[in-house]
Amino acid sequence: MAAKAKKSILYIILILLAVICLMPFALMMVNATRSGSEIVHSFTLIPSNALAQNWETVSGYFDLFKGILNSLIVSVPATLLSSYFSAMAAYGLVMYKFKGNKFISGVIIIFMMIPGQLSMIGFYDLITKMHMIDTYWPLILPAIAAPGTVFFLRQYCEGALQPALIEAARMDGAKEIYIFHKIILPLMSPGIATMAIGAFIGSWNSYLIPLILLNTPEKFTLPVMIASLNASTDITANQGAIYLAVAISVIPILIVFAFCSKYIIGSISAGGVKE
Amino acid sequence: MGEKAVPGKKKRNIESTGYFFVAPFVIAFIIFSVYPVLRTFYLSFTDYKGFGDAALTGGVNYLRVLQDKFFWRSLWNTAKIWSVNIVLQLGLALALTIVFSDIKYKIRGLAVFRALYYLPNLIAATSVAFLFKTLLDWRYGTLNQILVGSGAVGSPVNWLGSTATAPYVISVISAWMWFGNSFIMLMAGVQGISKDYFEAAAIDGAGRMKTFTRITLPLLKPIMLYVGITSLIGGLQMFDLPFLISGGTAGNPSGSTQTVVMYLYKFGFETNQVGYASAIAYVLFIIIFLFSALQFKVMYGRKKGGN
Repeated sequence: MAAKAKKSILYIILILLAVICLMPFALMMVNATRSGSEIVHSFTLIPSNALAQNWETVSGYFDLFKGILNSLIVSVPATLLSSYFSAMAAYGLVMYKFKGNKFISGVIIIFMMIPGQLSMIGFYDLITKMHMIDTYWPLILPAIAAPGTVFFLRQYCEGALQPALIEAARMDGAKEIYIFHKIILPLMSPGIATMAIGAFIGSWNSYLIPLILLNTPEKFTLPVMIASLNASTDITANQGAIYLAVAISVIPILIVFAFCSKYIIGSISAGGVKE
Repeated sequence: MGEKAVPGKKKRNIESTGYFFVAPFVIAFIIFSVYPVLRTFYLSFTDYKGFGDAALTGGVNYLRVLQDKFFWRSLWNTAKIWSVNIVLQLGLALALTIVFSDIKYKIRGLAVFRALYYLPNLIAATSVAFLFKTLLDWRYGTLNQILVGSGAVGSPVNWLGSTATAPYVISVISAWMWFGNSFIMLMAGVQGISKDYFEAAAIDGAGRMKTFTRITLPLLKPIMLYVGITSLIGGLQMFDLPFLISGGTAGNPSGSTQTVVMYLYKFGFETNQVGYASAIAYVLFIIIFLFSALQFKVMYGRKKGGN
């Protein structure tokens, strides 16, 4: 009986913790439907009727859908490039014994330890010289070189691919690139999916790099757009509008999570299981 | 037997197609990763202003960093914010791991709880910052409404306006964002421990406390270290949350939330002392690199030594 009571208390604590995780989002959703004066005067979890009014206020400051579109224009190609070229590099490193193979693998590990954010001065300088400031290219193209993803997929390749299979395909006269596209990519797809979701979320949420590279408000990605709320002081008078803007920025990620939580949690667990 | 020479030659050709597969990665890597790192290093020895010519000034920038008390303050702030965060984050993750790995309680719903606890980590720091900035507002924020309304505090707490609370508010928010992530990693570690250990311990009559200190904790130590150092490396680069919550690089109130990367950003992109900003970057670089090397040694060094 005592054990049962203890167990119930544990469940209550666990649920309470889950509530703490969800509460700010719940308040956000509710407050998005309330007017500024309602929010200032009291708090509640019952939605009100100021959603349309808040939406009008938000759209008076910026076009959130444009922000979502801009973020998609950056995140989708970046995810595809990083997935495809990382898989290609990982496969190349595992399956071919060419000169420099070990060296490249070593450099990848070293660069995984160098925090990218700290070379942002040199990166900004490079992008200026390439005349790509205020364009999406510097947010997309660097995704081709994702050392962490190559590292993960290389280990994945070592576990999932059998050289015999590739030999057999070669015997049938298949070209190397054909083998990669038709046989290897499908075999690697679970590993690629795991990394792709991480890449997408990372790119979608990225703030500092777009902040330094983009100048034109019409080109802002969603996080930069949301953060520009800071500058427009009038909107801070209407808290409901802020909550609504934040809520809209969060929804796409919640949708991704609803469908892919297994992959996301799998990818983190993979980091935890180090032999 | 003439055939034998042909596959041999063909084999070599096949091996060198590896270059084709790694080429896109290597080219993009040199341009977008290697060059910026080297360029930042070069600029750290110049008086570059972000435009015009850059004159070499030797180690002047580095001497200035070492003597710059505001740099050290920003490093201290970063360390302080991170430390409180990691204690909360790892403590909570460990407690949850103990609860969920207990073979007697058999707590159900791991998948659901895990997903819910992880949720805050998915949201962009910008959205999190604005959400909490609004919830914690001194006069109109929901938290103060709850606290004052319930009589827990007499007058509203100025969470983000006081040096006594602002840095720790950021710690708590970071812990809230990251404890689910740590929990998933620790849990994966526990699931890697053979159930036999726990069952054997139970048969031997080991209590919960003893099982924890003698089996779970020692076996989880490498993962906890990995989580801790990874968090430290990320934590030393903290920017989005304190920058947005305090509303700029000054790290208000009174610079108490100014992190190293905020300080670096200030020189690199606000006051155009690009050379100096590069030197700040490299000093932080070195600190982080040392921790990364330590982590790498912890993770892989032992394995190599064992073989």
